[in-house]
Amino acid sequence: MENRNDYGVIEKKAEVRKKAANVITYALLILWAVIVLFPFYWMVLTSVKSYGAYNSEYIPKFYTLSPTFQNYVDAFTTVSLGRYLMNTAIFTVVTTAIMLVVITLAAFAFARLDFRGKNIVFVLFLSLMMIPNELVIITNFVTITDLNMRNTFQGLILPSVTSIFYIYLLKENFEQIPNSLYYAAKVDGTSDLKYLWKVMIPISKPTLITITILKVIECWNSYVWPRLITDDERYYLVSNGIQEIRENGFGRENIPAMMAAVVVISIPLIILFLIFRRKVMAGVARGGTKG
Amino acid sequence: MAGKRSEHNGAKGWLYLLPALLFLGAFMVYPLFDVFVYSFEEGYHSASQTYFGTGLYNYSYVLHDPYFLQAVKNTLILVVITVPLSTGIALLISVGLNSITPLRNLFQTIYFLPYVTNTLAVGLVFMILFQKTAYSDGLINLMITWFGGSAVDFIDGPYWAKMFVLCFYTIWVVMPFKILILTSALASVNQEYYNAAKVDGTSAFRTFMRITLPMISPMIFYLIITGFIGAFKAYSDVVALFGTNLNAAEMNTIVGYVYDMLYGDSGGYPSYASAAAILLFCIVLTITCINLLISKKNVHYS
Repeated sequence: MENRNDYGVIEKKAEVRKKAANVITYALLILWAVIVLFPFYWMVLTSVKSYGAYNSEYIPKFYTLSPTFQNYVDAFTTVSLGRYLMNTAIFTVVTTAIMLVVITLAAFAFARLDFRGKNIVFVLFLSLMMIPNELVIITNFVTITDLNMRNTFQGLILPSVTSIFYIYLLKENFEQIPNSLYYAAKVDGTSDLKYLWKVMIPISKPTLITITILKVIECWNSYVWPRLITDDERYYLVSNGIQEIRENGFGRENIPAMMAAVVVISIPLIILFLIFRRKVMAGVARGGTKG
Repeated sequence: MAGKRSEHNGAKGWLYLLPALLFLGAFMVYPLFDVFVYSFEEGYHSASQTYFGTGLYNYSYVLHDPYFLQAVKNTLILVVITVPLSTGIALLISVGLNSITPLRNLFQTIYFLPYVTNTLAVGLVFMILFQKTAYSDGLINLMITWFGGSAVDFIDGPYWAKMFVLCFYTIWVVMPFKILILTSALASVNQEYYNAAKVDGTSAFRTFMRITLPMISPMIFYLIITGFIGAFKAYSDVVALFGTNLNAAEMNTIVGYVYDMLYGDSGGYPSYASAAAILLFCIVLTITCINLLISKKNVHYS
């Protein structure tokens, strides 16, 4: 009898402890979620406050009762936000497209073709992966300046169309495709390029999509190179555009309009992420760092 | 026949590699040598295209430049504060995430959001949250006054206030990657170890210290190493908060110093920029090697 009671007490205690641990866990997780989400909430909130309302709030309010979309109109009319978005879209699409061609060809060569010096070249490629961008950007800046390609799309795009890491990733993927398929295609007289196009690319589609998404994120957020290479506002990408808006745009401290621009800049990638959530996270886990 | 085919293939292989080789050669291999050349051309200036000798003067100039020393100091403080803190908090959150089932996906999605946002753009939000202007003390200062503190300008104010915002924002930006890596590391720990511990009646804390931590230690060290490298290269988040004139704000970083030397009002000196970039590379390399040595002793590779 006593014994049974003891078990009951122990069980109850364990349950209480488990519940307490659960509460603490959820509290911690919710706290971090709030810290992550709050800046997003604040930027959307500020972007729908009117200029007058925002500036008269000495103590900032957590809500607004009279939302306005005027700031979004201002963001597209007073400063060239539309142009920045367009430039960034062009830059992102062209860079990603060229890069996909370059890395696919290179990965195919490493994975499927035999040629002298292949292993040495591959090792050299891998060792280049350790070179930080900061070390080569100085000469690239001088090169592009000397080629008179400042303030052009070529100047923006050319240095970013190869990625050794993505070549490596794709090569690993290509190598998993059985050799027998390749020899069968050879017997049928299929050319290498056709084989690559008809067999390897379709099989490797998931990896290619992951690479594409990661590259798009990188392009959309790139700041340093575009800043060095463009000083003409007509070629600014969104990162430089927002910096320009902060320092010279909108006149005196029109923060609501600035936040409207920030919302517009942030939305495309957030939508992309929500659609391809699993792919993005798996891709980043496999080898992305921010920057 | 076989020989002929492989010969044919040989040319073909190089042909397929050609675009990658051209781009890498022009924008990575050549610059890699060139940066050393620049770093030894003393006082080379892009406008005059002349230098007054070859030697180590550029390095000595950079090492005696107060702006560079300030940048090194800022970068070191940033590294020392953000790397352990962000890794620790990420570990805490990942362990929490791993212990729940409902809402887990939702939390994971939310936590990842900072990764896909534009550092420059969201930095502006942090700026207005922390800034104290003539019109408003800003939200964070409002909260500080709720708790009886007095308002501080975190953006144009005292050094430590600015450093605090910078660290806070940096941690906010790097967390998604760390949480992602640690949650998948935790999920891959073999459940049998935990079951064995349960049978033995081991306490949760002890289980964590003796099983979980050693099992995920390779990933923790991976995060520490990439965290060090990333934090040493801090730049865009600093610009996002304090604008492009970082020297005036006393908030410059080593990478910021490199770009200031290269371009802008104080720019035109690829020689000094190169010397600074090489110094940065040496610092990062040294620290990575030290990290690897420590990890060899302490990390459990199964």
